Amino acid sequence: MNLEVNLGGIKLKNPVTVASGTFGYGREYSEFYDLGEIGAICTKGTSLRPKTGNKAPRVCETSSGMLNAIGLENKGLEYFAEFDLPFLKKFDTKIIVNTFGSTVEDYVEACRFLNKLDIDGVEINLSCPNVKAGCMAFGNTYEGVKEVTEKCRRVIDKPLIVKLTPNVTDITQTAKAVEDAGADGVSLINTLMGMKIDIDKRRPVLANNTGGLSGPAIKPVAVRMVYQVAQKVKIPILGLGGIVSGDDAIEFMLAGASAISIGSGNFIDPYVAPKTVKGIEDYMKKYNISDVNDIIGKVEMN
Amino acid sequence: MPVNVKAKLVKKEALKKDVFKFSVKAKEIVDISKPGHFIEIRVSDQVEPFLRRPISIYNMDKENGILEFIFQVKGKGTDILSQKQVGDEVDIIGPLGNGKFDYSKYQNLAIIGGGIGVFPLYELAKEAKEDGKNVTTYLGFRNKDFVLLEDEFKNVSDELVLATDDGSYGKNGFAINFLKEDIEKGKIDSIYACGPLPMLRAVKKLAEETGIPAQVSLEEKMGCGMGVCLGCAVKTASSPKDSPSYVYVCKTGPVFDSTFVEF
Repeated sequence: MNLEVNLGGIKLKNPVTVASGTFGYGREYSEFYDLGEIGAICTKGTSLRPKTGNKAPRVCETSSGMLNAIGLENKGLEYFAEFDLPFLKKFDTKIIVNTFGSTVEDYVEACRFLNKLDIDGVEINLSCPNVKAGCMAFGNTYEGVKEVTEKCRRVIDKPLIVKLTPNVTDITQTAKAVEDAGADGVSLINTLMGMKIDIDKRRPVLANNTGGLSGPAIKPVAVRMVYQVAQKVKIPILGLGGIVSGDDAIEFMLAGASAISIGSGNFIDPYVAPKTVKGIEDYMKKYNISDVNDIIGKVEMN
Repeated sequence: MPVNVKAKLVKKEALKKDVFKFSVKAKEIVDISKPGHFIEIRVSDQVEPFLRRPISIYNMDKENGILEFIFQVKGKGTDILSQKQVGDEVDIIGPLGNGKFDYSKYQNLAIIGGGIGVFPLYELAKEAKEDGKNVTTYLGFRNKDFVLLEDEFKNVSDELVLATDDGSYGKNGFAINFLKEDIEKGKIDSIYACGPLPMLRAVKKLAEETGIPAQVSLEEKMGCGMGVCLGCAVKTASSPKDSPSYVYVCKTGPVFDSTFVEF
């Protein structure tokens, strides 16, 4: 049975990856299983310089999901290169570093830095809804996405993936911008912007007022967007949004994703990623499929 | 190093309306847990409710590998949990947290708790007393209807001071006032606290005024419970307002030196 997939030049041993911001740099979950069991790790979003986060509460539960407004807190790329990367290199899995900035130049500088590291790919985040500058500010127009992606592309020889926000009118336009700018893949979706109100206090629960919605609640939206984008671009898609099982992963792959990421599902079941690999295998056995690539984009519309 | 176990519920007891004590078989967790550690429980194998519930450890029977926790039904997660029956499995990750209560350098301990914050203090008092410390426990409750675990704490304390806000049971007033009196008498060399935020803030202030060190167990809304999502952030006291530096209740804490964090 072949589970290997090619995500824009990154050869993954299986299509299961873990999503940025839900897996740190692997340390915590490595206490539960060998990280070599999964295809790749997308690191916590890491910027050139260290960045502080938002005030607490930063997270809250919602129906079949959660809101977060962490604010991209991280210790910066130099710290990552010195302390986290050597740890991640111990495992037989691919390392995709998620990065972001508050200006175009920040993105480019971060990419320049990352290009020198022993990593397998870079994912640029044009989609965080919880910070004032950067990210979604560039991420919601064709022109914005194209400009940042093009400039990053120029300084990166490694596979380059762009993570898109669903908080747009037409995600196929921003996905097209990623392709036109010469990136190797596109990942979608980041969180949907949401809000929860404490009705006793008459105030939003999150200190940031709004946050990004993730979890199974957003899965149908994500599957629909992956399908739409798959009709418009030829570059591979890393699909994510509410995946907690092999069956969920298969849905994304049928819709057109070459690989998938598990996000907040990690929080409820530390073993969800290896279980998802097993679930994909079970599906392949059930339908006598020998190559997982034969599933990608194979949904037949009514 | 936390583990994920499906722990069998061996005893279930209603301490009051909507307050339950569960005893589960969880040797792997009990073997490596210390006072102040907590656990995270997945109440259902479905995705609703979504997140795990962080719950403190009340008591450990190390010999038999039994872990006990007490919780109050507050929402749909704890409601589902409360419906489990003896023989059912409880999906637990633990022990979690790195900041634990550390009384090793002290001899005359004041353990102070309020309301449902008293639960994690039992194992602490028990272990401290076994280690030969002088343990004075101060428990505060709103009124006599809220009083819990009086006999249990009496058994693991050299002295128990129980107070209610309205004086309907035990001493009249806030538990911290009686702790203050004992500090003035020179009876106390360290404080260990868990309870509502106003009480913890009063403990912090008391520690500052008297120079008696205090360790406080904090709460914050959590995502993962193990330091991955960075959800349960608390600002360090030394970091500037315009460039705050954060630590995390789940991973750095939940027990902190009261001078280390702002809350």
